[in-house]
Amino acid sequence: MRTTHEIGLTELPQRAEELLTGGHRLGLVAAHHDDNGIRVVYLFVSGPPDTRTELTVRLDPDRPEVPTLAHLSFPAGRFEREMRDLVGIVPLDHPLPRRLVRHFHWPRGWYPMSSDAGPPPTFGEQEGPYPFLEVEGDGVYEIPVGPVHAGLIEPGHFRFSVVGETILKLKARLWFVHKGIEKLFQGRTVAAGLPLAERISGDTAVGHALAYCLAVEEATGTEVPAGAQRARAMLLELERIHNHVADLGMLCNDVGHGILNAHAQRVREQLLRLNREITGHRLLRGGVVPGGTVLHALPDPARLKAIREDIREIIALALGHSTVRDRLTGTAILTTDAARAIGCLGYVARASGIADDARVMHPFAPYDTQLNVPVHDSGDVLARFLTRAEEIDTSLGLIEQFAGGLPTPSALSAAPPAPGAGSRTGVGLVEGWRGTIATRVELAADGTLARVKPVDPSFFNWPALPVALADTIVPDFPLTNKSFNLSYAGNDL
Amino acid sequence: MSTVGYAAVAGQIVVVGAGAPLLTGWMRQVRSRLEGRAGAGVLQPWRDIRKLLGKEAITPAGTGPAFRIAPALLVATTVVATALVPLLSTDTPVSGHADLIVVVALIALGTLALALAGLDTGTAFGGMSASREMTVAALVEPTILLAVFALSIPAGTTNLPAIVTGAVEEPARLASPAGLLATAALAVAVLAETGRIPVDNPSTHLELTMIHEAMVLEYAGGDLALVELGAQLRLTLLLGLLSSLFAPWGIATSASWTTLALALVLFAAKVALLGAVLAAAEVFWAKVRLFRVPELLAGSFLLALLAVTSSYFLSGGS
Repeated sequence: MRTTHEIGLTELPQRAEELLTGGHRLGLVAAHHDDNGIRVVYLFVSGPPDTRTELTVRLDPDRPEVPTLAHLSFPAGRFEREMRDLVGIVPLDHPLPRRLVRHFHWPRGWYPMSSDAGPPPTFGEQEGPYPFLEVEGDGVYEIPVGPVHAGLIEPGHFRFSVVGETILKLKARLWFVHKGIEKLFQGRTVAAGLPLAERISGDTAVGHALAYCLAVEEATGTEVPAGAQRARAMLLELERIHNHVADLGMLCNDVGHGILNAHAQRVREQLLRLNREITGHRLLRGGVVPGGTVLHALPDPARLKAIREDIREIIALALGHSTVRDRLTGTAILTTDAARAIGCLGYVARASGIADDARVMHPFAPYDTQLNVPVHDSGDVLARFLTRAEEIDTSLGLIEQFAGGLPTPSALSAAPPAPGAGSRTGVGLVEGWRGTIATRVELAADGTLARVKPVDPSFFNWPALPVALADTIVPDFPLTNKSFNLSYAGNDL
Repeated sequence: MSTVGYAAVAGQIVVVGAGAPLLTGWMRQVRSRLEGRAGAGVLQPWRDIRKLLGKEAITPAGTGPAFRIAPALLVATTVVATALVPLLSTDTPVSGHADLIVVVALIALGTLALALAGLDTGTAFGGMSASREMTVAALVEPTILLAVFALSIPAGTTNLPAIVTGAVEEPARLASPAGLLATAALAVAVLAETGRIPVDNPSTHLELTMIHEAMVLEYAGGDLALVELGAQLRLTLLLGLLSSLFAPWGIATSASWTTLALALVLFAAKVALLGAVLAAAEVFWAKVRLFRVPELLAGSFLLALLAVTSSYFLSGGS
């Protein structure tokens, strides 16, 4: 399933091009500090059949440089900029060599994720304004929004260049909440890494915990019981529906149709209470553990059926309302070509006609071969709304399918792995509710975590937001932003 | 005689002033209950005003007189308009000055003051929403004027108390095509002028979608209390005007204490009912796309124009 090739630096662009043209996509790029210098792992994935190919290069300890892959893959260019800012690896001939993560008050030359970074030094004065591309012309003005927003929204700065009400260009500035999660993982035991994984993005507790556990289990050679995998698949869908329901309600609220939001939040509350009965936590924390699952209860099919009817009614009311439908239709179109070029994942990609889904491409549990993955191709807010609305139906079907036949609620766990078994490295690929989450884990000789690199789908999807917003009007931005609903925490790490 | 007249004017100002926050609270409460929420209670806007009065008003650096006087000007123009409009009585010492054009101009002056204050802050939000507000106002003011003109043709004057007295004496005027068209046109204009759904969403926190709210983002403390009170006063005044023009029954046409007391009760009931209907309607509506707002307002302008035309041909021309 997973093959690793250690190659020379000069071979990298050619090998990467072969993989990318052969149907792979770049899953993640992670820099590692080995005793003899920096090693960079490029993970390429494709499916079905589930294929994971890793290219590993070793860098010159004195001059950490890599040839850029930005001309082959847009996400690669962003991973390289991230590595440059966090580790200090220079991508040679990068077409857009600007800083990505580093804020202007971070000390220059300090790389927080490198092995010798030490404790954070005192942050200095700002080096100067963050240069935004200025759009010039008659009547063009800028609207700066954030990083602190009205309402409970994570921090991000948006700079709109606008003429009249039409957005000419939007620049999003993120990484205000960079917490150094990758560094926090290092040295922890596998069990102590789990709470951290669950908190990478609070609304994706199951998705990130599961990707982490799958990676750890591959690294330790743990055989997880089939029942536990089914329970995990069920938890993953429970997480999907409670997020989807809340967002569909908020989309209605953003067009001023508050009553559907009130009802969507009522349904969400029922789901959260159900989650609490199942795992003991409203956001499903603690359900997925390394080696298995811990369930306190199973969802009651009758309650799920009632919830399904409720959700269907809310969606039918929203789509039947002419003003709501008018606001969603044709708003912020992300074309298929743009979504493919940017490397979008999850419902953002599926609403733009790209049928990728890790449940089909990288299944960890016995998903139906004809899993109904809803795809729309208009790429507007309505398409994202419909995709998510239909995913709820699929998810409820999957919950029923996976919950049936699960043993009486209890902890299902694998036998502890034999010491020294496994490859000490592992990759977890999971279709979280936002899209495919990739986590790569390397274990130290004593079994602690040497390196954990999680990648939230938001990292791939953020650049699509400004693209979709070109020529959209300013008052439709909040609606568009909600239809993408990208994670700041998951992106900033 | 004149004591009752002065009492009527004072009564109008006091009832509208004290009742405006209650009306807003009442409308929010109706909406909450219809959406299945508990709601904050009818008194919440008054509590908000009390809270804001206890806070410090902040004037952003670089702002000039336009920013400072706008809240007072907004409230003052609305209070003067409230005194003029025949809400409780048509026979007051100021009825002679209660000209339709004066009232519309006072309302427009308040709108303009806020828009200038929005521009004065120099922020992107202030400028953006001032431009939106002016776009809406430019379409709303003529509609209000035209709609009331349609009613002034049968009365032969633009004096509001005279129009209302005429309607009380001759209710058939209201049921005429002109009266119904003018009602519809004025209702849409009132929705736009007061920033309600489907034109603006008074309860949103999303700055980029706001029209009215984004102009006043920089206000704090007592100034914000005045701005909020001003907006509530305008809503009450315009709903009151709507009810006076199209359901004038109960308004005192002579100077007597009993009719004035009755007028007061009926006014409160009419405005509360109108507010409840509006709040209920808002539950079923959604906010239209900003570029659809002019279409909506142009439609209401057209209704007003039809009202004037039919009023002229059907009654004025005869």
